[in-house]
Amino acid sequence: MTEAMLAAGLTDPLQPVTDERAEAIHVWNLHKKFGALEVLKGVSLTAKDGDVVAMIGGSGSGKSTFLRCINFLENPTSGVIRINGEDVQMVSDGEGGQYPANRRQIERIRSRLGMVFQNFNLWQHMTLIQNVIEVPVHVLGMKRDEAMVIGEQLLERVGLSAKRDVYPAYLSGGQQQRGAIARALAIQPRVMLFDEPTSALDPELVGEVLRVIGDLATEGRTMLLVTHEMKFAREVASHVMYLHNGIVEEEGPPEELFGSPKSERLKQFIRTVS
Amino acid sequence: MADASIAPAAIAGMFDLLSPSPPGWGGNLLRGLLNSLQIAFGAFGMGLLIGTVGAYGKLYGGPVVRDIAAIYTTIVRAVPELVLILLLYYAGTDLINRILEGIGYQRVDISGLVAGIVVLGFVQGAYATEVLRGAIKAIPQGEIEAARAYGMSPTLMMRRITLPAMLPHALPGLANLWLISTKDTALLAVVGFSELTLVTRQAAGTTKAYFLFFIAAGALYLLITLFSNVILAKVEKWARRGMPSVKEAR
Repeated sequence: MTEAMLAAGLTDPLQPVTDERAEAIHVWNLHKKFGALEVLKGVSLTAKDGDVVAMIGGSGSGKSTFLRCINFLENPTSGVIRINGEDVQMVSDGEGGQYPANRRQIERIRSRLGMVFQNFNLWQHMTLIQNVIEVPVHVLGMKRDEAMVIGEQLLERVGLSAKRDVYPAYLSGGQQQRGAIARALAIQPRVMLFDEPTSALDPELVGEVLRVIGDLATEGRTMLLVTHEMKFAREVASHVMYLHNGIVEEEGPPEELFGSPKSERLKQFIRTVS
Repeated sequence: MADASIAPAAIAGMFDLLSPSPPGWGGNLLRGLLNSLQIAFGAFGMGLLIGTVGAYGKLYGGPVVRDIAAIYTTIVRAVPELVLILLLYYAGTDLINRILEGIGYQRVDISGLVAGIVVLGFVQGAYATEVLRGAIKAIPQGEIEAARAYGMSPTLMMRRITLPAMLPHALPGLANLWLISTKDTALLAVVGFSELTLVTRQAAGTTKAYFLFFIAAGALYLLITLFSNVILAKVEKWARRGMPSVKEAR
């Protein structure tokens, strides 16, 4: 481990963070408008270390936007976001929106959040192992050979050792997504963010990706998961949020939410998707 | 005039005229070629720099930067290159000297080489701006988003993601610009710079062997192109390393 990484609070990337259930992400009253369209109308969430929060909801419910606001791929219109106990400072843009006051703070926060995208978004000009070590080496300042050792272990974990020197375009969707998960794990993330990780996959490839994500949940990683896989959400989540039209319609432990949904909308949603 | 009798003498004379040392003109031609190549390299390099700045300005700049970039590319691409070269070369050097005199310095002689590079580089920059802008736009947005999501700073993202990812899309256009750059050096003949075309004209005019010298110059331009093609093909193969070949995708 380099000094820089220790200073950044990084520990062995193969081990999940397990301090006593500190608050990893706290979001309060988040609003997001795209022009006149209000996509999020006051969503709040608190995730402690080890929590697996699944966000479900129909198309256009705002669940993906919410996830993207957490690492500021979208700037929330208003609301409080605290990550690793650090409040993100925002300044007004004078047109009713706001943007982060300090780019460095955002970059630092982002480098501790492992984002997994619906469309994998691996860098096409890099081999799989290069994708995995890119952020540790160039953003977090880890030594290249150290990053290689960790990267190879991570690829082995997701079952892609044999593909380490292959470019993403030559991999199946499931392999690319498992590679993207290895890339996210390589930064030793405080929280993993999954944005519909299986929605772009052929049905027969969904299982291999869900298995990897399920293992991560079992070992106690903190995760926010936007998903359409209801059965999977029920199995792995510690907390489920059902979003509808930009608000949390109902939330709670999965047994409760799926077992005895209260709102008519959620009952109907569960009927349509299962 | 019988062909059979004149041919051997003509061929012998041809080699004399092209020999690298005087009275042959080959040495002059090669020096002209070298000058042309220097200008082409310099102008292409400067064009790449301007083009990168211009493309980023057009894509990510504020309204003022975007407007300046738009005016630059529009004007440069609207005016014939010959006019631009005459304008920038004479008016440009005059302007610099007036400014120098104005702030109390001596007039300077701007070397033809530097002036040629700057003038052609300025023209190349406008075209390169558009080539690179298109190439950056062709990068899948998700790759840029992933770089942002992992905390890359704008400069790191440019160096590690944007530039390498746009290169395969930019190369065919940039290869065109390079070849145009090698041939645009001929335009500098009008301002009296001793590049390949000007020395060819001098050699041809002096010896009256027009056909011989222009064929020789043509062959030299062709050689540059053929050599460039070999290098460019290698660069493109490298830049496309992560992309399946178009044939495979068919």
